[in-house]
Amino acid sequence: MKHRYLPMTEQDQKEMLDVIGISSIDELFADIPEKVRFKGEYNIKPAKAESALLKELANLAEKNADSKKYASFLGAGVYDHFKPIIVDHVISRSEFYTAYTPYQPEISQGELQAIFEFQTMICELTGMDIANSSMYDGGTALAEAGNLAAGHTRRKKLVVSEAVHPEYIDVVKMYAKGQNVQVVTVPTKDGLTDLSKLEELVDEETAAVLVQYPNFFGQIEDLAKVEQLTHTQKALFVVSANPLALGALTPPGKFGADITVGDAQPFGIAEAFGGPHCGFFAVNSKLMRKVPGRLVGETTDEDGRRGFVLTLQAREQHIRRDKATSNICSNQALNALAASVAMTALGKKGVKEIAIQNISKTHYAKHAFEKAGFEVPFQGAHFNEIVVKVNGSVADGNKVLLEKGIIGGFDLGRVNSDLKNHVLIAVTEQRTKEEIDALVQEMGALHA
Amino acid sequence: MHKDNQPLIFELTREGRVGYNLPELDVPEVDVASLLPQGMLRVEEAELPEVSELDIMRHYTALSNRNHGVDTGFYPLGSCTMKYNPKVNESVARFPGFANIHPLQDESSVQGAMELMYDLQEHLIEITGMDEVTLQPAAGAHGEWTALMMIRAFHEANGDSHRTKVIVPDSAHGTNPASATVAGFETITVKSDENGLVDLEDLRRVAGPDTAALMLTNPNTLGLFEESILELAEIIHGVGGKLYYDGANLNAVMSKARPGDMGFDCVHLNLHKTFTGPHGGGGPGSGPVGVKADLIPFLPSPVLVKEDDKYTFDYNRPQAIGRVKPFYGNFGINVRAYTYIRSMGPDGLKAVTEYAVLNANYMMRRLEEHFDLPYNRHCKHEFVLSGRRQKKLGVRTLDMAKRLLDFGYHPPTIYFPLNVEEGMMIEPTETESKETLDAFCDALIQIAKEVQDNPEIVQNAPHTTVINRLDETKAARKPVLRYTKA
Repeated sequence: MKHRYLPMTEQDQKEMLDVIGISSIDELFADIPEKVRFKGEYNIKPAKAESALLKELANLAEKNADSKKYASFLGAGVYDHFKPIIVDHVISRSEFYTAYTPYQPEISQGELQAIFEFQTMICELTGMDIANSSMYDGGTALAEAGNLAAGHTRRKKLVVSEAVHPEYIDVVKMYAKGQNVQVVTVPTKDGLTDLSKLEELVDEETAAVLVQYPNFFGQIEDLAKVEQLTHTQKALFVVSANPLALGALTPPGKFGADITVGDAQPFGIAEAFGGPHCGFFAVNSKLMRKVPGRLVGETTDEDGRRGFVLTLQAREQHIRRDKATSNICSNQALNALAASVAMTALGKKGVKEIAIQNISKTHYAKHAFEKAGFEVPFQGAHFNEIVVKVNGSVADGNKVLLEKGIIGGFDLGRVNSDLKNHVLIAVTEQRTKEEIDALVQEMGALHA
Repeated sequence: MHKDNQPLIFELTREGRVGYNLPELDVPEVDVASLLPQGMLRVEEAELPEVSELDIMRHYTALSNRNHGVDTGFYPLGSCTMKYNPKVNESVARFPGFANIHPLQDESSVQGAMELMYDLQEHLIEITGMDEVTLQPAAGAHGEWTALMMIRAFHEANGDSHRTKVIVPDSAHGTNPASATVAGFETITVKSDENGLVDLEDLRRVAGPDTAALMLTNPNTLGLFEESILELAEIIHGVGGKLYYDGANLNAVMSKARPGDMGFDCVHLNLHKTFTGPHGGGGPGSGPVGVKADLIPFLPSPVLVKEDDKYTFDYNRPQAIGRVKPFYGNFGINVRAYTYIRSMGPDGLKAVTEYAVLNANYMMRRLEEHFDLPYNRHCKHEFVLSGRRQKKLGVRTLDMAKRLLDFGYHPPTIYFPLNVEEGMMIEPTETESKETLDAFCDALIQIAKEVQDNPEIVQNAPHTTVINRLDETKAARKPVLRYTKA
């Protein structure tokens, strides 16, 4: 077998078999019982050479409508933001992407320091004390926050706002089920968590209240009020936040959040059909030893030089096994690196500027829709998403928009029967005035 | 590598520097304060770096130079399958049609992506001998938990909610018992026998009407094939439990034995191990789960289906366990794994396993006279040595691992599995040449000699890295987990 990934020669093979003292490779598999031994080769597609495979897969990719070619107004948890070109140059350095988890700190200082910097940036944006090295995504990070709260408070009820991303709620329910924790959802009013309903539902059995900021409809929740209702009952206050929005919005830490989670995808991470993205998990210092996943800490070596190590590992599965705070092992380290590079490039001034551009462009779009006669039902403060009511099917309309080079917004009727014929439109800084005008015009023609 | 500290990016900050340029705002700028409710406009700015683009590139280049990857040198980290990460995978994953598509787009506009996912599932079904595969889990541990939740739902659907126990061998990965806990099960440990395999008598003792599942890695973490796999399956199925395959070691048995044919009911794969999705410094991974027919109704929703030539996501799954992750899994990693499988083909995957196992056995035989070999039989893709002989001379396995750093190697996995004293778990993979294996063996043999002749050089290692051994106690006692401006 000759293959560019397989350096074995016939001569190598012969010499190695001699050292082992056998005459064929088959003998190494003689311990597999005859009854379960697989004979022959898999019935799968034959190998393709590099150039032919590249051509085939490029054609497959071409079948998809991508946001490089189309103007995308689709958000709902995944956004088309500016990705500094250097992000890909950094994460393409194979010293980073071909490394394993940094268990040998002497030859992993690069990765460890990069994660330490990531943890710091997440703390800065969220206003929290401690951030971990990443989670799979925003949804599982929120679910793990629910489990942490249930374990910490020894209470068995999570109260989740229905203005949280519906797929995140599904994941929260899934993780809660594993721990036999009950999940109660709070209805919305005018696109915001109904605070009077929330007050009714939070009680002394409640482990945590989970809200999203900005919420699924792009609206900005009254975190001060939610905090008060939550902490009155000694439940934990959990916020799922869009970190890019925190360039302009008061961070959850300032409102007394106990746990802030979210997805760093808006910072330099490709949409990639939904993953891999990059969950983050930040807590106040009281919860430090309850955090799931890896943490990097600063220390010194024998000569007093500053260095970084994985620390507080007594929380983790490879040490604590069935008593661990979570089963997470692999995380999203490379994407945490990507997010760090993007956050560094934007920097202190850029995160603010980009967040304000999002608010400004969305505000412009909202007025354009209203001017064109559309109803924008939720009139609260928004970040980069608005809900627009249309005549006729959103799905059918989006098919027509595709022909015009536009990826339309999210059909809210898919997840909420009260919101049939409502579309969630995301307007990031990437969308030009011309594209916004074109969207409003095309939708006007379709849904007037 | 020079030994000066690389400053933190925050220490390179100078007020007023920028590393970005956004286009001029082409709509009227709004007064954000007037749009936001009182108290919602951020007052205190996040202290992110202020650096130029060149500063950023120099910083991360310096950090990368302080990091060891597979492309830097040999990385025989047991149980992690640190094989070559093909560059074509990286190019394909960056095609705009894969990288820049949104998960909630109209299905008609992402048929190419769905076709790739479907075909990957078909390939994984054949490779594992299962009946259906979901790509939703994000990593190996996530796959374990997903499958356990399906097993739980299966038992509950049969009125078997008293099945509260999951059995794992004492040699199992830590994620197995941790995933069992997160899925709401109690973990029971089954012992290994004197041959390093599951002790059948002990398994018969612990298996019973409360058994939900047995989680097994085969070959196990000692690199040994569980020869009694059919009897193990019979014992577990006999008490009504399910047999779970931890696919971390699949590189050892591709085209030689399929989990589905060994009696396993479900399996997770680590696409970032066997199928070359890179490890990325700790992730992202991808942990698809394959199941036999009776577990199919419980697969997480949505399930990707093909009707005629059209692909759709089926959300109408009344018995589905729910959703384990937003959207459809780590698609970007799945694209890389698919590219790899298509680059290898059936004969290639067979050669992968044969060469991985040949390499491991060759190294084991070259090293056996210099270290203790607790289980002396043919291994699969990895083997475990014990450093107890060296420990008697005052040198621990940890010291020898650190000494390997001076030779430019990443050390093996050490102190795992837990049932080997001073263990050193070596997995060469198939992508390494005989010269590399020989050079590494020579280095380890030299270290074994140093332990006898000059133990201090080993005990005080490493000598050539950018930093010496770090004070981990200090890191844990007074944790500093973020930078704070002095």
